[in-house]
Amino acid sequence: MPEATPKPEELVQINYDPHEKDWRKTRPEFRKGTFCHAALPKDVKYLGLPNPRDWQPPDVDWKLPPNWKEIILQGMKERLEKFRSFRLFMDICVRCGACADKCQFFLGSGDPKNMPVLRAELIRSVYRRYFTTTGKLFRGLAGARDLTEDVIKEWFYYFYQCSECRRCSVFCPFGIDTAEITMMVRELLNLVGVNTNWVIGPVANCYRVGNHLGIQPHGFKDSIDFAVDDLEEITGVRVEAPINRKGAEVLFIVPSADYFATPHYYTLLGYLMLFHEIGLDYTFSAYAAEGGNFGLFSSHELAKRLNAKMYAEAKRLKVKWILGGECGHMWRVVNQYMDTMNGPADFLEVPVSPFTGTRFENTRSTKMVHICEFTSDLIYHNKLRLNPSRNDHWKVTFHDSCNPARGMGLLEEPRYILRKVCNHFHEMPENTIREQTFCCGSGAGLGSDENIEARLRGGLPRANAVKYVRDKHGVNLLTCICAIDKATLPTLLEYWTPGVDVGGIHELLGNALIMKGEKERTTDLRGQPLQQKSEAVHA
Amino acid sequence: MKPLVPLFVILAVIGLAYGGGQLADTRYLLGIVLPYAAIATFLLGFSYRVIRWAHSALPFHIPTTCGQQKTLPWIRSSWIENPHNKRGVLTRMALEILLFRSLFRNSRAQIEEGPRLLYTENKWLWLGALAFHWSLLVILLRHLRLFVEPVPRFVIGMDTIDGFLQIGAPQLLITDVVVVAALLYLLKRRFTDRRLRYISLYTDYFALFLLLGIVITGILMRYFFKVDLEGVKQLALGLVTFSPTLPAAVGPLFFVHLTLVSLLFAYFPYSKLMHMGGIFLSPTRNLANDSRRQRHVNPWNYPVKVHTYQEWEEEFHDKIKNSGLPLEKE
Repeated sequence: MPEATPKPEELVQINYDPHEKDWRKTRPEFRKGTFCHAALPKDVKYLGLPNPRDWQPPDVDWKLPPNWKEIILQGMKERLEKFRSFRLFMDICVRCGACADKCQFFLGSGDPKNMPVLRAELIRSVYRRYFTTTGKLFRGLAGARDLTEDVIKEWFYYFYQCSECRRCSVFCPFGIDTAEITMMVRELLNLVGVNTNWVIGPVANCYRVGNHLGIQPHGFKDSIDFAVDDLEEITGVRVEAPINRKGAEVLFIVPSADYFATPHYYTLLGYLMLFHEIGLDYTFSAYAAEGGNFGLFSSHELAKRLNAKMYAEAKRLKVKWILGGECGHMWRVVNQYMDTMNGPADFLEVPVSPFTGTRFENTRSTKMVHICEFTSDLIYHNKLRLNPSRNDHWKVTFHDSCNPARGMGLLEEPRYILRKVCNHFHEMPENTIREQTFCCGSGAGLGSDENIEARLRGGLPRANAVKYVRDKHGVNLLTCICAIDKATLPTLLEYWTPGVDVGGIHELLGNALIMKGEKERTTDLRGQPLQQKSEAVHA
Repeated sequence: MKPLVPLFVILAVIGLAYGGGQLADTRYLLGIVLPYAAIATFLLGFSYRVIRWAHSALPFHIPTTCGQQKTLPWIRSSWIENPHNKRGVLTRMALEILLFRSLFRNSRAQIEEGPRLLYTENKWLWLGALAFHWSLLVILLRHLRLFVEPVPRFVIGMDTIDGFLQIGAPQLLITDVVVVAALLYLLKRRFTDRRLRYISLYTDYFALFLLLGIVITGILMRYFFKVDLEGVKQLALGLVTFSPTLPAAVGPLFFVHLTLVSLLFAYFPYSKLMHMGGIFLSPTRNLANDSRRQRHVNPWNYPVKVHTYQEWEEEFHDKIKNSGLPLEKE
C-alpha cells in the first residue's frame, strides 16, 4: 500500500449528511489516491480507439478533440436509441432517495455525488438540457445544465468510482440500474479518448496476447506446468493439464489471475485436482486464456471483441461445451451478453456432465456451465470423496460477488459446495450477502494501486461485515468466486479487518478432495500445516 | 430556497384560477378549454413518451437478479425474484407495481464508532409511497361518479368501505386523510432529510405542491365549502360527451381544483411522473433471467474487429512452437 494512504481512523471520519448547498457548484478534486491514471497512447492506438495522447486527470487541459461536445451529444443520441435502459433511466427517476445509502462508495466516503441518484443526475442533467423540451426551455428550473469540460471531468471522476455492482438497482422501485448508466458514460468518455490505464491496458493485452496480464503462450504453459509440479509435491499425484488440445470434450476457461496471482493460484490447483480425480476430458486454451473481460468496463463493443475468442476457440478446438472458472464479471458477460453478442453457439452441444448425466438445461443455448454448478452437481451425486476436516484450520465465510449475485443469481451452488468441504461456515449479516452483497470496491476496472483511497473507502462496508463474523465466530478465511475479489480483498481486509485471508471455493474443495493414490497430506494447498487432531480438540 | 419557486408558481395558479372562476369568459376557458387541452396533452404526451421508450432497442437481457437462479433441479430457485419464465416475470412485475416490492427492501445505514456500520429497517418511505399511490387511485376512481350515469356499483361500494368510520356528514373518507398525510410525509422528507434536500430539484417540490393543492381544494369542497354537485356533474358529463355546458352555480373553488387537475395532466408527460408508464418497461425488472437457456437477438448487433486465432498464432508462432503446444500451421 502506498505510504501516503490515510490511516483507518482518518478514513472513517465520514458524514452522510451533505453540507454544501448545491451540487452543481462543487467540483471533484483530483487528489492522489482517488483516481486512476490515463490510458497509455500505445494501447489506445493498438485497439483503434479515438484520441490517443499523453494526458493525466490532474492536468488542466485534457486535450479533448476540438469537436468533443458534438461527439458526446451525438454519442448520447445514438445510445438513447440503442439502449432502452438508458433512455428510460434518464426519464423516470423520482429522486426518492432509496438508493442513496445503498452504494458502498457513498457509505465509505460520504461524498454526496457517490449516491447513485446523484451519480446518475450528473448525466441526467445534461440529458435534460439537450434532449428534453422542458430542459431546453427552463434550463436550471427543470434540472438541466450545460455540458462543459468540467462536466466531463466530473463524469470521469465519479463514473470511475462506480463498480457497476448493481446493488442500488435492487432497492430502486423502478429498477434503475446505475451500472447501465455508468456503462453509457464510460462509452461516451471513450469516444473522446478519456480512458484509464487499468482498463485499457488489460484490454489491449487480452486482445493481442489472450489475457489481461499479457502472459504469452509459453508463459501460460509454464505457469500451468508449474502448478502441475506443485500439486505432485503436495498430493503425490501427477495430474495432466492439456492446453490447445483439439477434440477434448470441454474447453475450460478461467480468469488469468488464477494462473498468475495468489491467492487465485490455490483455486487453480483445486480445479486441476478435481478434473484429474473425475477424469474430465478437457483442455485449456492459450488463445482464449482469459475468462475476465475488461472490455465490459469500457464499452459494449470492446466487451464483444474480447468475448468473441471464447466461441471462436471452442469451435476451432471442436469441443462439445465450455466450462468457466471462478470469476465475477466474466459471468455477467457469459450469462447476459455472450450468446447475444457472439452466438449462436450452434456448433456446440447442450452441456451434459459425463459423470452424473445431468443435462444443464439452464445453459441450453449458451452452452457454458459455471464451475460451481458443475461441482455441486458432482457432490450432490456423491461422485467425490471429501474430507472436510482438512479445512478445519479455516473458519470460513462467503462473499457473494456482485455479478454472479445480481447478474445471474448464483447463490446456492457455492454455499452447497462450501458446506460439504469445510466444517466451519458462517454467514455475514443478511443485508450484506446474496442479492444485497457489497462490492469489494474494486470491480469494473477500479482495482488499481493509484486509486487506493477510493478503493479502501468503497470496500469499507464489505470489510465491516467481515469484521462482524471475525469477531463473533473467529472467521479467518473469506471465500469468493471472483478474481477481482481475490486480487483486491486481501489488501482491503488487511487494512480494515486484519487476520482474515482470502480464498476460492475450489481451493477448499482441493484441500478436502480425497484423490486416488494420494500421499498423506500434511499441508493444505498453501503449504500451511494441516491442523493436528489434538489441536482440533483444544480449539 | 428551492421549494419557494414551485410554491409561488402553484399559489399564483391558484390565485389566477380563483379570480378566473368568477368571470364568465374565463370560466369558459378554465372549465372547458383548459380541461380539453390538458387531457389532449396528457394522452398525446404520454403515448409519445411510451412509444419513444418502446422504440429504443432492447439489445441485452439484463434483469437484476434478486434471488437464486434456476439451475439444477434439486436447488430451489427463487422464481419471483429471479424469474426464469413469463409467469415469474408477471408476478415480479405485479409485486413491483401493486406493492412496491423493491422499495420494501429499504434500509437505513448509519456509521458508528469502531467503525461499525449499522443497517436498520426503514419501511416508512415504502409505507408513505404505498399509502399515497393507493389512496390517489381510490380517489380517482371515486370521481367516476361524476362522469358516469348511473353511478357504477363498485364506486358506491368503494365509498362505503372508505367511509366506514362514519364520522360527520358528509362522511369522512379515510383516503382523504391518508392522501394528505402521505403527501405531507413525502414533502417533509424533502425538507428534513439533508441528503434528500440535496438531491431534490425544483420539479420534485413542484409535483408535491401541485398534488397537495389538488387534494386540499378537493377536501375543502367536500367537507367545508360545499359546491353544487349537480352542476359539477353536469359539466363533467358534458365534457365526456363532447357537449359541454357551463353550470351557473359552481363556485370559484371548483375552478381552482379543476385548473390544478388540468395542470397536473398537462404537466404529466413532461415530468418524472412518467414513472407511472416507465415502471412497466424497466428492463432490469420485466425480463426473465433466461439468457443462457434461450438466445436473445440484439437488433443492432454488428460485426466487430477481432484478433483471430490465425493472427495470434502467426504473431507468437515461435514461442508456441518452442513450448511444445500444438500449431495449426507448422
